[in-house]
Amino acid sequence: MAVLRPFSKLPELNSAVLLLVGSEGDFQQKLAEAILQEKKDFTVNVHIATSLPLPSERDHLRPQIDMIVFMIDIKNKYSLKNVEDSLAYVDAKFFLGKVCFLVTGVGRVNCCSVDMNAVWKLGENYCSPVLFCELELEGTRVATAQRLLRMLQICAGYVPGVSALYFSTLMTTFSS
Amino acid sequence: MKIFPLVSNLNLPIAICKDTGRPSWGLPFGRARRRSALSPSSRLPPAPRRTQVKAGAAEVAEDTQRTAFLLRKQWTLYSVTPLYRFSEAHLRDYSRLLSAFVAAEKKKGLAVEIGGELDIKVSVTSLPDLKGSDRDQAAILVQLSSRSSASPKNSEEKVIWSGWFCCVAGDELSENLPEAFTCLPLFLVNGAESNTAIVGTWFQKTFDCCFRRLSLSPFNLSWMAAMWTGCKVDKPASATELVFSVPRLPHPLHISYAINLEDAQALWATIQKTPGEITQEEVDVFMDCLYSHFYRHFKIHLSATKLVKVSTAVASAHCDGIIKFRQSQYLTGVLMLLTELAICQIQ
Repeated sequence: MAVLRPFSKLPELNSAVLLLVGSEGDFQQKLAEAILQEKKDFTVNVHIATSLPLPSERDHLRPQIDMIVFMIDIKNKYSLKNVEDSLAYVDAKFFLGKVCFLVTGVGRVNCCSVDMNAVWKLGENYCSPVLFCELELEGTRVATAQRLLRMLQICAGYVPGVSALYFSTLMTTFSS
Repeated sequence: MKIFPLVSNLNLPIAICKDTGRPSWGLPFGRARRRSALSPSSRLPPAPRRTQVKAGAAEVAEDTQRTAFLLRKQWTLYSVTPLYRFSEAHLRDYSRLLSAFVAAEKKKGLAVEIGGELDIKVSVTSLPDLKGSDRDQAAILVQLSSRSSASPKNSEEKVIWSGWFCCVAGDELSENLPEAFTCLPLFLVNGAESNTAIVGTWFQKTFDCCFRRLSLSPFNLSWMAAMWTGCKVDKPASATELVFSVPRLPHPLHISYAINLEDAQALWATIQKTPGEITQEEVDVFMDCLYSHFYRHFKIHLSATKLVKVSTAVASAHCDGIIKFRQSQYLTGVLMLLTELAICQIQ
């Protein structure tokens, strides 16, 4: 049961669960708080983990996870390696729009330690969108929280007519 | 905290080299953004392979004489946008105009001058050796030297400030420029900040260019560490030293990791596939080997820290944009890399 599967548990009524995976402690917490403060008409539970696999002791208490966000800090090469290692513990069915890569710290390009093309390649290999944000600033943190909340709403199926599979349009570019 | 792992035998697991034989795409952050905007069909830009820094063979003897003053000094880096209507023929005129400007600036705000004042002489000369190919513009050197007028017998001039513009292999920028522009994207400064501001202001006003401080990201510094380790140096040289700064601690902590030069070169020799070319994957493997070795001994993930300074036998670079050249034979090679970074910052 170490691998996370998308549909292995029963969903709860009118609630959605988001999992944030990343090695940065403070900003994960702040992002989770920003998400919870947003106005929404369904219950949101945000789970935070530094890496996968999640400990199996509390597995029976954990609800079904609707969306996983992997956080990569551009200033920290270790966070990229952490995310790459954690991806092995996610079932393939999650990558149909329920996974997203969030690259943080882009405000400080001068402190960039991560090879950007490795991140793009990661997004392409796993067919998941790559979002960029800066969590140190209040404004962009709130904007990112709103965006993630909207994506979560779609992943959990609360937007009629739109499914998580549409997120592939965030990645492909239309070439002539 | 200074940690010096004095290992004479770096027995590293080279098996972790996940090499598929195909280079990965790795460009500095800024350039990746630019390329993907221009070519939407191919999202990932082609692989950057940088050529290994080579010792300048033919010009070594002459070079060392003229450029010896460039070595072993700390130079602060700036990136400069192309200069408008700059011509090498008028360097004398530029010296005169600049010295008038400097004198005016220095006198500004001084009510009374007592005693002998320092006359500042400005010289703008050209350094024709410092360029990559004939398409590049020759380097321009600006020097401020002071001579105390109180003792006319002692007419020795002391250089108080030097700055030089250069362009080495800057084809990417210069080939698309209109006629009237001169491409000299890299500016190196040694001397007081006040003089830098004065000279910079004059150039900005006269040639409509823009100076920006060039800082080196840890990503670029790791490239430099890998590139310069591979260079052969003759005399017994210092160890390769990497300085890391640990973020978000109440007291700032710096970790200094010194590696014996022979060991580092042996490691690089096993990693590098094509002599004369370096790919992003090779740099990643080199740094990962060093980090994992450090982790095995000290249980600290250096990849989670910020690489702040790289110091090798060829040159040493600090993330604030400060560089020190140590070997004249590799001067052009290092300048080529810095020119590339300056062009990236301009675009």
